[in-house]
Amino acid sequence: MSITVERINKYFGSFQALRDISLEIPDGKLIGLLGPSGSGKTTLLRVIAGLENAESGRVLFHGQDVTPLHVRERRVGFVFQHYALFRHMTVAQNIAFGLEVMPRKDRPNAAEIRKRVGELLEMVQLSHLADRFPAQLSGGQKQRIALARALAMKPQILLLDEPFGALDAKVRKDLRRWLRALHDELHFTSVFVTHDQEEALELSDQVVVMSAGKIEQVDDPRSLYAQPESRFVFDFLGHVNVFEGALQGQRLAQGEGWVELPEQATGDTVQLYLRPHEVRLQDEPASHAHLPLRIESISLIGAEVRLELAPCGWQSEEPWEVGISHAEFNRWQPQRGDRCYAVPDVGHLFNREGQPPHTLSWVGR
Amino acid sequence: MDKIMTGAPPKGGRAKRVLPGFSLSLGISLLFISLVLLLPVTGLIVQTSGMSLAEYWAVITDERVMASYKVTLWAAAIASVINGVVGLLMAWVLVRYDFWGKRLVDALMDLPFALPTAVAGITLAALFAENGWYGQYLAELGIKVAYTPLGIIVAMSFTSLPFVVRTVQPVLEDLAPEDEEAAMSMGASDLTVFRRIIFPALWPALMTGVALSFTRSLGEFGAVIFIAGNTPYVSEITSLMIFVRLQEFDYAAASAIASVVLMASLVLLLGINLWQARYLKRLHGR
Amino acid sequence: MKQYKSSLRVGERPWTKWLLIGTALTLTLLILVIPLVLIFAQALSGGVGTAWENLTDEYTLHAIGLTLFVAALTVPINLVFGVFLAWLVTRFEFPGRKALITLIDIPFAVSPVVAGLLYLLLYGSNGWLGSWLADHDVQLMFAWPGIVMVTVFVTCPFVARELIPLMQQQGSEEEEAGVILGASGWQLFRRVTLPNIQWALIYGVVLTNARAVGEFGAVSVVAGNIRGQTNTLPLHVELLYQDYNVVGAFVSASLLAGIALLTLLIKGIVEWRQSSQRSPEINPSEVR
Repeated sequence: MSITVERINKYFGSFQALRDISLEIPDGKLIGLLGPSGSGKTTLLRVIAGLENAESGRVLFHGQDVTPLHVRERRVGFVFQHYALFRHMTVAQNIAFGLEVMPRKDRPNAAEIRKRVGELLEMVQLSHLADRFPAQLSGGQKQRIALARALAMKPQILLLDEPFGALDAKVRKDLRRWLRALHDELHFTSVFVTHDQEEALELSDQVVVMSAGKIEQVDDPRSLYAQPESRFVFDFLGHVNVFEGALQGQRLAQGEGWVELPEQATGDTVQLYLRPHEVRLQDEPASHAHLPLRIESISLIGAEVRLELAPCGWQSEEPWEVGISHAEFNRWQPQRGDRCYAVPDVGHLFNREGQPPHTLSWVGR
Repeated sequence: MDKIMTGAPPKGGRAKRVLPGFSLSLGISLLFISLVLLLPVTGLIVQTSGMSLAEYWAVITDERVMASYKVTLWAAAIASVINGVVGLLMAWVLVRYDFWGKRLVDALMDLPFALPTAVAGITLAALFAENGWYGQYLAELGIKVAYTPLGIIVAMSFTSLPFVVRTVQPVLEDLAPEDEEAAMSMGASDLTVFRRIIFPALWPALMTGVALSFTRSLGEFGAVIFIAGNTPYVSEITSLMIFVRLQEFDYAAASAIASVVLMASLVLLLGINLWQARYLKRLHGR
Repeated sequence: MKQYKSSLRVGERPWTKWLLIGTALTLTLLILVIPLVLIFAQALSGGVGTAWENLTDEYTLHAIGLTLFVAALTVPINLVFGVFLAWLVTRFEFPGRKALITLIDIPFAVSPVVAGLLYLLLYGSNGWLGSWLADHDVQLMFAWPGIVMVTVFVTCPFVARELIPLMQQQGSEEEEAGVILGASGWQLFRRVTLPNIQWALIYGVVLTNARAVGEFGAVSVVAGNIRGQTNTLPLHVELLYQDYNVVGAFVSASLLAGIALLTLLIKGIVEWRQSSQRSPEINPSEVR
């Protein structure tokens, strides 16, 4: 079932949490709402669910206006960040709840309910915990039960509020994979909220990046990562190395640093955004870039080595970060205090306020 | 902004609350409160407004009534201070130490709260009478408790003790051991640590408990009248004055005095609530 | 909330510790235990036979009956009110919410005699409502309805004050989850909320009952001096005491003290159940 959000505005007192939000969510897709605290992503999710009422705008499910409908009538599945399992009921009773409170004429009989609960427990692989109480479960188990409970009603739309926020890294990864598999198998439309960009990028068919009540960008994960359309999205998706300078013809210069752009550009204050993987480090400057840097610190972070660098002869607001592989690290053997030069392969040029950047490439020149 | 307020209707007029039962519970609550709490106050207002200001003033500043104010206020104040000390001790012992019978003692702390005031009254009177279990020993020391203002203090102290204990206990329980450990590792003595670290943390709760004890003592009736002697000008509390005027069918005077007491209680209540809102999370329930 | 017991805390030195414990125990004995003992000792001071006679005396039996009757009416009324108020105040936001929470404390702060007077002025035959009622031959004051009304006033905060902090602390997420799954208001309350608040509710009821049974000051004002007809047990105690029937007074007092002790017992059980519920053995079968 597709979801359409039409020009939603939501206020909490005088604070505007959602500003004129419009969004199309196609049927059967898994969508991630990504943003920092206060961006409005949870509010938007709750408006879709009917847990909050918007001051203006509409929400449509499959073309039908559900805005006047109470949450109970919208038939969505909702998974809370802190699970909200009924603490005085067993796992089985929790899952059966939705079925047991159905109006008499629609309610399945006890045997059918038991059967359905059994199936759901199988699906989340927790059949052996049917008679336990929520307090006796681990975080990951609780989350799966919460999911099973929501799915018991066979909803067409599943909404998840930071579903893995309260879990450790390993459990989170496992559950992410598992949720994706479940989604692919059952084909409901899902929307989940997260502030973890890795999670959003790994899990979603489409990512909706939000900030301060507005939608910054909607894209599939690959495009989002490759083509961020604003400074905010750039900053949010990970570290960015920024070179700011003035344009002299096709050269962007500041102090002793300069970059020869591959194409013409105009603008007063121009910034070049370079992701850590879009930049190489060399002992000598390249023909199209002279960006001297001094190595400040070297950290081994899991699969790569991260170098933190300070500019020499020019300025940047934050230190630069470049990641190199272990193999390259062993070959090069950089030390703290060493001087080297950054060479951009791909960059993103911001030359006008409010406009998406131009993606520039030096590869193959 | 992670604090989402559910249940608040939007400004746009589509007033739909997520959880059911708002209208019903609002209706019942308002009906009940108006009928049971607010309506009766109107009776008092009607009665006192029937008096002229001069009459009103004369009644509430009558010598005997003024004496009763003094007796009541002094006794309540002293009783509250005593409760502050004893209550703090009891709370400390119950929270910090383990000993045989601790559960029992903890449960007994609520006895004055659960025991009917009249029962407390006759019991204390019997205990402190000159030939009573306590009274006889105190008489040898020349101390007379029954039928004196001292008895009032005893009765007020007894009935309001739980307020201090139950208000201080949760705060004591929540004290972080790290603060004390840090101070002691720096060489501070027990007394110093208590004085400079523990007591300041307890002080708001202690004050709340003492204030609650004071408020309750001001209005205490059943426990006091058996032991007090009720001698006008000496050991007569204001609640009894109201009662006396009622028995004289002087409804106007009774109302006037009651209005003073009511206003004082409400002011104290408001003050305590504001204090609690400022210094403590609400300590209801105990 | 049990923290680890550190030995490096104030007052842990044996000398201090045992002095304080000793003082506390002594005070408990003197202030709380001995008075209790006195009640029962005095009641039985004339022998079991006399005690029984006093207990089964017709006025005493009437007083017991009236007291139970008043409690039987007061408790359900305040139970319903307390639950609705707690639900209103902890599950919804609306202007005046804080004012309501403060209002409910009024009976706590008001002297019981004043409370009785308020009702007398309103419903007594001279009061503005009372005179209208008198015209229709309805008498509330100096009769059992007046006693019930005044007892309701004095005991109305208890259930609400037990429920409100608990329900605030528990939050409304479980109820929201229930609504999303399709539960109606009654289903929500019965299946989700009630199991979570049952112990606090029980204690609130028990406390209301104890206070309803023991109320003295307010009832004194409102019941008038028609002893034998409108005497509750506490008033009966006073009557006997003033008649110098010490044994009789303490026999009735023992009954009331017994109820108080029962209240304390139930409170202990409730707290024990609550704390064992808050931390059942956590037994994660796997870390997943």
